[in-house]
Amino acid sequence: MSEVLLDVRNLKTSFFTAEGEVKSVDGISYYVNKGETIAIVGESGCGKSVSQMSVLQLIQMPPGKVLDGQVIFKGKDLLKYNPKSKEMRSIRGSGISMIFQEPMTSLNPVLTIGEQLCDIITTHSDLTKKEAWLKGIEALVSVGISEPKTRMRSYPFEMSGGMRQRVMIAAAIACGSELIIADEPTTALDVTTQAQVMDLLLDLVKKYNKSLIIITHNLGLVTRYAERVYVMYAGRIIESGTTEQILTHPEHPYTKGLLNSVPKLEDDKNQDLIPIKGMPPVLSNLPPSCAFMPRCPFPCSKCTSNGKPALKNVGQEHYVACYLVGE
Amino acid sequence: MSRYIIKKILMAIGLIILISFFTFMLMQLLPGDPARIALGEAASEEKIQTYRNSYGLNDPVLVQYCHWITRILFHLDFGKSVLNARDVSAYISQRLPNSISIGLPGLVYGVLIGLFVGILSAIKRGSWVDQVLTVIVNFFLGCPRFLIAIFGVIFLGLKLKLIPLQGYTAPWVNFGEYSRKAFWPVVVNAIYTVAILARQTRSNMLEVISQDYIRTARAYGLPEKKIIFKYTLKNALIPVITIIGLQMRNIVAGAVIIENVFNIPGIGQLLLNGIQQRDYFIVQACVLVISAMTVFCNLFVDIAYGFIDPRVRRTMR
Amino acid sequence: MEQNLSLESMQKETRRRNRKQAFKIFFGRGVIVKLCTAVLVLFIVFSLFGPFLLHIDPNKQNLVNKLAKPTATHILGTDYLGRDVLARIISGGRVSLFVSILAGTFAAIVGICLGLIAGYVGGYLSKFIMAITDVVLSIPGLVFTLMIAAIMGSGVLSLTIAIGIGMIPTYIRMANGLVLSLKQNDYVVASSLVGQKQRKILFKHLLPNTFPSLIVLYTINLGNAIMTEASLSYLGVGINPPTATWGNMVSDAYAYLYLAPRLAIVPGICIIVLIISFNIVGDGLRDALDPRLRGKL
Repeated sequence: MSEVLLDVRNLKTSFFTAEGEVKSVDGISYYVNKGETIAIVGESGCGKSVSQMSVLQLIQMPPGKVLDGQVIFKGKDLLKYNPKSKEMRSIRGSGISMIFQEPMTSLNPVLTIGEQLCDIITTHSDLTKKEAWLKGIEALVSVGISEPKTRMRSYPFEMSGGMRQRVMIAAAIACGSELIIADEPTTALDVTTQAQVMDLLLDLVKKYNKSLIIITHNLGLVTRYAERVYVMYAGRIIESGTTEQILTHPEHPYTKGLLNSVPKLEDDKNQDLIPIKGMPPVLSNLPPSCAFMPRCPFPCSKCTSNGKPALKNVGQEHYVACYLVGE
Repeated sequence: MSRYIIKKILMAIGLIILISFFTFMLMQLLPGDPARIALGEAASEEKIQTYRNSYGLNDPVLVQYCHWITRILFHLDFGKSVLNARDVSAYISQRLPNSISIGLPGLVYGVLIGLFVGILSAIKRGSWVDQVLTVIVNFFLGCPRFLIAIFGVIFLGLKLKLIPLQGYTAPWVNFGEYSRKAFWPVVVNAIYTVAILARQTRSNMLEVISQDYIRTARAYGLPEKKIIFKYTLKNALIPVITIIGLQMRNIVAGAVIIENVFNIPGIGQLLLNGIQQRDYFIVQACVLVISAMTVFCNLFVDIAYGFIDPRVRRTMR
Repeated sequence: MEQNLSLESMQKETRRRNRKQAFKIFFGRGVIVKLCTAVLVLFIVFSLFGPFLLHIDPNKQNLVNKLAKPTATHILGTDYLGRDVLARIISGGRVSLFVSILAGTFAAIVGICLGLIAGYVGGYLSKFIMAITDVVLSIPGLVFTLMIAAIMGSGVLSLTIAIGIGMIPTYIRMANGLVLSLKQNDYVVASSLVGQKQRKILFKHLLPNTFPSLIVLYTINLGNAIMTEASLSYLGVGINPPTATWGNMVSDAYAYLYLAPRLAIVPGICIIVLIISFNIVGDGLRDALDPRLRGKL
């Protein structure tokens, strides 16, 4: 029986802007087991990044605010801690690490790689600077960076995007965090580097038995690496299940639409790709009914009148939030 | 790196030469004939011509310029005052130290306090501290220096009798007297610098704080103090250094006014009197010296920038 | 719900939304911006219509009544020659505003044109213009303006031109910088690749994108113009008595600081309030007009 490492329940985060309240995360619940890799999938703006930032309490307040929910990590509710408190800070980096999307801007341009790695390592351990430096070199070796001693003294602008992303992975591994959240880790990289970085990440995750949350809109990544998938739309989880269930038996019209719009090898090359019609919703102006309804190919009467659909169990581990399903 | 420095030095020297040419030409446009000014309106035509010939005033302008600039470069001879034929260089060497004794402390205090206020404002963004400081900074940005000077004289000098109204004693003559008399002029100098630096520092700090790499530092749990002082400050201060260089201009412009209000025998007063009395050589010399100082200050800042910003340092190998 | 995806209508909608937002931001920023705009309007109105309301000659001397304290007939008292202070403030304000706005606008037009040309055309013309700009900017502002004022002579128009010339280099540098950075933008490169005429690119793409920064600079420079005019008049290089301007009122009042400080304080406060109002309105415009200039949250 696998142990639950992170258990998020009914997380709600909103941003209060000049245009009104933007409900970025509107009550989502998910969990990650020890040693498991899951994926959170959705379009840009659906709230996936914001949800993970909320877990680490990195949301800028103002204008954002975590309104409700529980984030239970190893038995303790993280949201009960003050974002600036020592407890929260010690979780960040050594309990949960985050790898961001933009390697080009994620590292401080006026400090060497070594300085930044050392700072991270010394924050979470009792090592001296010298010892931290050596540990940093080890970490660089483990992510496959050549000439690690010289690299420690380089500045970020002297390295390529792929190398910088490896450095971020090194930082995540160096502090021994049990959960790594990778927010679109390969979106900003070119295709060949993408594969290298992902393989590296997955190797390390397996080697050290870490849990991994991959946030992405790239279904290819999901297929290859994730064991379970959560599909988000407009701040809510609209479908969840094992990768196999989602890929072979998608139930929600949105998930079906996503899968249809991805080209597959076995498709007839003369067949058109079928996009999901319409535009993503404006989050500050959501109607009380199902958010996907304007774009849904099968709207029914319940979709307009009954408020937002709740998640229903349609199979082992498989949940869908749709009025068309699971009557 | 040395190529960078040499290039900057050459550009600075070129700029100064251009400035000297520009100033000289500009002075030719001043109405009035130096001969008449020196000899008086009633002087005879003969005397005027003799004067003009002896000072080379009938030569073509370019020739006059060449004479002037070569005399400066090789003999440090800035010419003679039109009015009383004394050496301009004597005037300048007498007065420059006085101006520096007011300008330099103003610059230093202004920069230090300005940085402090800007950083404090940025760290406590949105709080009442920030709002009060911003109001104060904006207020002083809109105050002409002569008004700050005069209001200070009215309230601190006349009403509260804390500072003398005018006058100057050099610090090397009597430091106590100097401190008393120079206090308010230095403060006036500093206030404007504080306002500009505070505003710029705050804005830079806020911009840096919203960058991704600060988010990364937070995501790894680095303590807030370290984030502010090591991660934000270094990045934010780099552009501020250029601003500090620019303050030289403000300090000098301020010198003209402050020396006028407080009757300080400095180079600003020399310049102002020279302009009012149409004393060409003095004006040219003052402007050249002042501008040269500004250019060297900027040069120093540029070079310092090259050392501090690793992006410049590394790519200039 | 079929959304109208045509490009034209989306552009119109965006422009309308931006304008509305700009208005909302500018006036929604709080009392201060609105207050300062009101102050500016008040000053301008007073300058234009004040003399008609007050019916007192600012230059009429009355040595019997000199340095009088404020009374009903002379609301702010009289100065050392018996002239009514309030009348002088109003007419002085007129002169100051006139000089500053004229100088500022003159500098803006000349400077922006030169800067745009320098940035867009490039080549030797550009190098020449920027070299002169650098030279002038190395000479401290007040010093340069002093020299020009001395050359131009005394009088309102001469002072205006002198102050204007002193402010031109700032505009040249900003316009040049803006054009250079905008020229690199992909949409400009794309336009010329597609074959649009150079002039069309300049007017349709580059110019409108420079407006926000330039408008902000213009407003803040008006404040600087007032500061320069006041300083120059104070130093005696600008407009000379008996014509009233706030700067020379302060310098005249210097001799009477002990007896009647209000002679210096009142014009001084007017100067400060006007400059600060320009600055704050300029800041408000900056927030409203250009999201990129807006301070990040």
